Amino acid sequence: MNQINLDTRAQNTWCPGCGNFAIMNAIKSVLTELSSEGLPLENVVLVSGIGCHAKIADYININSFYSIHGRVVPAAEGIKLANPALKVIGFAGDGDTYGEGIEHLIFAAKRNIDITMIIHNNRVYGLTTGQYTPTSPLGFKGRSTPHGTQEQPLNPLEVMLSCGATYLARGTSHGIEMLKRIFKEAILHKGFSLVDVLQVCVTYYNMYQYYDKRVYELKDHNHQDYAQALNKIMEWDYSKDAPIALGTFYKKETATFEDKFLAGRKQESVDKDTKIRELLKLRT
Amino acid sequence: MNEISILIGGKAGFGIDKSSMVIGRLLAGIGYRIYIYRDYPSLIRGGHTFSIIRASKDRIYTHRDKVDLVIALNQETLDLHKKRLNKDCLFIFDSEQVKIASNPACGIGLPLGKILKEENAPEIMRNTCIIGAMAKALGINLDILENVLRKEFPRETELNLKVAQRGFNESRQISKITPLAKPSLPLVSGNEAMGLGLIKGGLNTYIAYPMTPSSPILHFLAGAADNFSLDVIHPESEISVILMALGYSYAGKKVAVGTSGGGFCLMTEALSFAGMSELPVVIVLGQRPGPSTGLPTYSGQTELHFALSAGQGEFLRFIVAPGDAEEAYYWSAVAMNISWKYQVPSIILSDKNMGEGISNFDITLVPDIKEESPLLWGNRPPYKRYLFTENGVSPLASPGQKDAIIKVNSYEHDESGITTEDPELTKLMQEKRLRKEKFIIKEMEKLETVKTSGKKNSSKAILCWGSNKGPCVEVAQKLGLKVIQPVLLNPFPVNKFKKALSGVKKLICVENSSTGQLPRLVKNYGFGVDKTILKYDGRPFSLEELEAKVKGAIK
Repeated sequence: MNQINLDTRAQNTWCPGCGNFAIMNAIKSVLTELSSEGLPLENVVLVSGIGCHAKIADYININSFYSIHGRVVPAAEGIKLANPALKVIGFAGDGDTYGEGIEHLIFAAKRNIDITMIIHNNRVYGLTTGQYTPTSPLGFKGRSTPHGTQEQPLNPLEVMLSCGATYLARGTSHGIEMLKRIFKEAILHKGFSLVDVLQVCVTYYNMYQYYDKRVYELKDHNHQDYAQALNKIMEWDYSKDAPIALGTFYKKETATFEDKFLAGRKQESVDKDTKIRELLKLRT
Repeated sequence: MNEISILIGGKAGFGIDKSSMVIGRLLAGIGYRIYIYRDYPSLIRGGHTFSIIRASKDRIYTHRDKVDLVIALNQETLDLHKKRLNKDCLFIFDSEQVKIASNPACGIGLPLGKILKEENAPEIMRNTCIIGAMAKALGINLDILENVLRKEFPRETELNLKVAQRGFNESRQISKITPLAKPSLPLVSGNEAMGLGLIKGGLNTYIAYPMTPSSPILHFLAGAADNFSLDVIHPESEISVILMALGYSYAGKKVAVGTSGGGFCLMTEALSFAGMSELPVVIVLGQRPGPSTGLPTYSGQTELHFALSAGQGEFLRFIVAPGDAEEAYYWSAVAMNISWKYQVPSIILSDKNMGEGISNFDITLVPDIKEESPLLWGNRPPYKRYLFTENGVSPLASPGQKDAIIKVNSYEHDESGITTEDPELTKLMQEKRLRKEKFIIKEMEKLETVKTSGKKNSSKAILCWGSNKGPCVEVAQKLGLKVIQPVLLNPFPVNKFKKALSGVKKLICVENSSTGQLPRLVKNYGFGVDKTILKYDGRPFSLEELEAKVKGAIK
């Protein structure tokens, strides 16, 4: 395999032990692998939001679109529709995309647009120093909820499955080999794919031990079966203690939005002046 | 007869818009110049809606309060608008719906329901029937009407013709409108003119969430998408609209979005992102009265300062406000060119009257304009998305291009697009982005950014912008005044504006706002306005109303 240098000169400012390193190393490894298998890396675009996760755009020497908070998905959709030859990979935080920008995630899944979303789900706001997020467990004591939250977390995979996502997986930042496998699968999947990574924030919500005790890898699971997928997704609700399944929950190939949307797109350039004149003539 | 105004009204859902278009085309077809004002409430069915179709020998861009003919499809129309009539009894009505109390011989009544029943025609064809009656009343030949109906009704053409003929036969001539020996010109709405201008400027993609008064651009371009090879998308929200657009822009596709004030509020965070990341995008901002939801289907000019300052931080934007269909076409193309040439957001300030008003469009009056190509990277690595240059414009590359790593960033960044908090670099980058302004100003010196018309040597002038151009120009012509209309609002064309003001001793600003937004803007550049004529009830100035107010102001 050709060794490609995907590093930039940006200084890494993630905390030592941050789960983001696993995500970054896994994606670099996947990109190197895809490149050796023939994917031109200039055809890859990374999109990130705002938060600790988003610094990944600065750290990988590849096309990137460092967006604003909550708005990874629509930018990624625009890039993909503008040039369907591109592989568009969105990185977002749980606050970023399960919170502020969740409507975009819902619609992207509904459209089954061929983009990949990798969620750095540490279940806490890191960059704004420790508030609860949409996936924090019930009773989470953060700086904005000193007495504990009064609301149930979202189960993002359940939401995504019901919205029409066609690839859903979960990994943890303690399992880089699995991350590599599911990232690659997600990127190669034709349709909307999302990987929920239980990425640990060592400073504000260190869950390494908690996850290590509860995670297990899906086995004998038919990921084409919606009911089985839902069943496994609902096993853990991101709040109460339960076994936490990792791996691919759901994978199904159906027509993508851009296939349908772009079906009628003509490649040849149009003589717009003639067409404008014709249109005006019809109005005379 | 030099001009005629016709009012047609009924309930929303009756088909008044379509009818006004048919009447407009009928009169345009015999050489008249047309303006159509549409007045409708924010609802789907019921409620009173009307259009005023004004036809004149000369180019016009506004309506009159007074009309020469009222076409009433219901009682309400006659009751509300009878007072507008220049002469009594000049109305055509559905005699099954409208009761004439005073003089039973007054006007022309047709039993539309009965006629339709006899012809086995649907209720919507009451319109065609009464337009047939109108043609007879105005002395327009039936074959001219048939010609228009064939174009307007490609489906059920024969039935429409038959119903129109019945209306024609059961009517009587009460006036005579003479065909003019002038070529007929196409009728377009301001929204359509903007859409066509964007296409002229190289539009590849249009993205919008429906919002009055800009939705018709979305509908028009969606319908024209196949013909012009456009991507037209209606996503989940205005936030998605602008972010998708920035994604398209990053990928090298010329893109525009359209909205009104409320939707623009949602776009402002990404507008600022466009400023920081230097991603070109054109935004059509169709104004309507606020605050908040306000009067959704009426008009206002209250977003000038919002457009000038929307978004956090300080960044450059190009803002134009066209005043008629030709300007809408031309300046939309200019906005597209400037956005891509300088990698800045552009805003086309429209309003409900500008966008939904329908008028003739004379393409021969549009100055030469062609799509310009942006500054592209010459394939010599290393590529730097934010390379420092003399005019602040860095060469563009698109993802997929070999040897170019294209990093755009909402954070302050270095030349390669990587985040920085370095004080020196922060200062240099801010200066890089802002110094484009003086190059845009220089480029704009070649264009007619401040229009003047009327009696140009008059010492009294009307200052206006956007859709108020129409009534202001006509009033000025009548009263012997000068009109000064800045089309470019940012960067403000200070020199041209100063020149336009030379010899002017009294300046009266006409605006659809309650605070006077243009006077506040020109004051920043040291120019004073002597009087303001403000209207903020959502309705446009009619000619008669404006004339009276201007007369009062110049005394």
